[in-house]
Amino acid sequence: MSDHESTYVPKSGFERWLDQRLPIIRLMNDAMVDYPTPKNLNYWWTFGGILTVCLMIQIVTGIVLAMHYVPHVDHAFASVERIMRDVNGGWLIRYVHSNGASMFFIAVYIHMFRGLYYGSYKAPREIIWILGCIIFFLMIATAFLGYVLPWGQMSFHGAVVITNLLGSIPLIGESITTWLWGGFAVDNPTLNRFFSLHYLLPFVIAGVVGLHIWALHVPGNNNPVGILIPQDQRRRDTVPFHPYYTVKDGFAIIVFLLMFAAFVFFNPNALGHADNYIPANPLVTPAHIVPEWYLLPFYAILRAIPDKFGGVIAMFASIGVLFVLPWLDTSRVRSMRYRPAMRWYFIIFVIVALGLGWCGAQLPDAQVIPGVPSFVLLDGELNSYLWLTRILTAYYFIFFLVIMPFVGLRETPLPVPESISSPVLSAPGAVPAGSHAEAEKKG
Amino acid sequence: MADQVGTAAHGEGQDPTRRDFIHIAAGAAAAGGAAMAVWPLINQMNPAGDTLALASTEFDVTKVAEGQQVTIKWRGKPVFIRHRTAAQIAEARNVSMGDLKDPQPDSERVKQGKEQFLILVGSCTHLGCVPTFGTGDYGGWFCPCHGSHYDTSGRIRKGPAPLNLEVPEYAFLTDTSVKIG
Repeated sequence: MSDHESTYVPKSGFERWLDQRLPIIRLMNDAMVDYPTPKNLNYWWTFGGILTVCLMIQIVTGIVLAMHYVPHVDHAFASVERIMRDVNGGWLIRYVHSNGASMFFIAVYIHMFRGLYYGSYKAPREIIWILGCIIFFLMIATAFLGYVLPWGQMSFHGAVVITNLLGSIPLIGESITTWLWGGFAVDNPTLNRFFSLHYLLPFVIAGVVGLHIWALHVPGNNNPVGILIPQDQRRRDTVPFHPYYTVKDGFAIIVFLLMFAAFVFFNPNALGHADNYIPANPLVTPAHIVPEWYLLPFYAILRAIPDKFGGVIAMFASIGVLFVLPWLDTSRVRSMRYRPAMRWYFIIFVIVALGLGWCGAQLPDAQVIPGVPSFVLLDGELNSYLWLTRILTAYYFIFFLVIMPFVGLRETPLPVPESISSPVLSAPGAVPAGSHAEAEKKG
Repeated sequence: MADQVGTAAHGEGQDPTRRDFIHIAAGAAAAGGAAMAVWPLINQMNPAGDTLALASTEFDVTKVAEGQQVTIKWRGKPVFIRHRTAAQIAEARNVSMGDLKDPQPDSERVKQGKEQFLILVGSCTHLGCVPTFGTGDYGGWFCPCHGSHYDTSGRIRKGPAPLNLEVPEYAFLTDTSVKIG
């Protein structure tokens, strides 16, 4: 919380000298050591730290991979194979980088669902949420550009399909795709510029992350109770970031890295596609083309709309709607802990989002329940992934555009505590206020 | 502040002053200059001269046996050269225009006297995948990505693709040699 007074006291002559010229140690101290943090943050709050680690891993491994990778259609695939076979430890670095993208998305989705459940997007935290949406969008762009670089079959045809999406824009679509490709098809100029942009965007993400944290430190962290900590409760309701949350985040990061390592060392290709180990061939498209798992829900929404341009609009709208979320939710209660109706709609939303991911990996015409006959509704069998996807897509948009505004107005929330300490202290057998606060003190 | 000084000096009240004009003119010059500086940075991504120079290719159609298709690369995209059988040509001609999503008679999609050779850009008009030869419900092509069916004239019959497979610009140089592009 920025309005807390700086507690930094320079310990040496050099620190005093530096503090008067560049107060960087003071900045670090106020942001990461003495930063007052709500004392009740649960493990869902550790994903911010986990995501920072993910970004650093991707940047470090990426810079190293770029020392060996050749962004040319004739050499890209072979240079990746050379990294895998000949470069010292190259297999490890590349598997960390490719699985790291998946880990990054697992963490960001949990981080976003946490923000959604506890109302972390509501006033005064709208800008934090919007900056987060920008980061998410940049992550999608970076991941897509990176997936093209190995120049396998999935890389190539994924790039063809996604760039052709923009070709559906009326009038200017064709000029845009030609401009993006630097030619008349996805080819060497495309690969070259995708490499350049893939190298650039992570640093843009790092910059926006800086803004995200800066904006976070103005009102301070939200918390599971969802209340803004009253001024007179500051001392009782917050603890210094270090050591309380450095240790908690550190533990969560270690557990997360264990899962990460399990993928890298025991099943490094589980999240990829075998077709991407076939060199790109512009003359043959793989039989079943799907994006990486983390983009499947959006791919499903794209396919749910029968019109080409309409599908593109729906797909971008599904991300765009997140940007205006702070103004769609009319409830004044942040945490869904105290919103008995909304939490059910939220649980359904999580299931729908996962369901859309599942649908995105299926063939649209395939039966959802095998062997059950149905009838043709408009343009497809009712018992098909096409219609399941459409139903889930409808809920996705209804959740944001209808449920969010209306439930907020109609719902009677449960009583919200005045401070973080009060639900603890009002419980039977609670310790007296003074001694409890004393026990929370640092050191 | 500058505006106030100007106003006081000229005593013109809220009327625009010479200083306002200079502000606007300087701002406009800076914006125009920035736009002109940005343009080459954007335009460099358009196709380069050598890419544009590779715009045509020649092919000997006798290499394609009747009923078969050869795929060649033109401007980075696949081009289908299909040698159609008499039955396939008849099938393509006998479709009523009302059944077509993007109505176009077969005669407009081939060269007169060379009806057996159908030359198409092998890029699905939906999202650019390469349709597979001889499959689908209409005996033409089937796109594996999102299920578009094309007939023996390369016209869209079923599925999400909005348009027929594109006929590239081409001409027969001799009886057997065709120049695409």
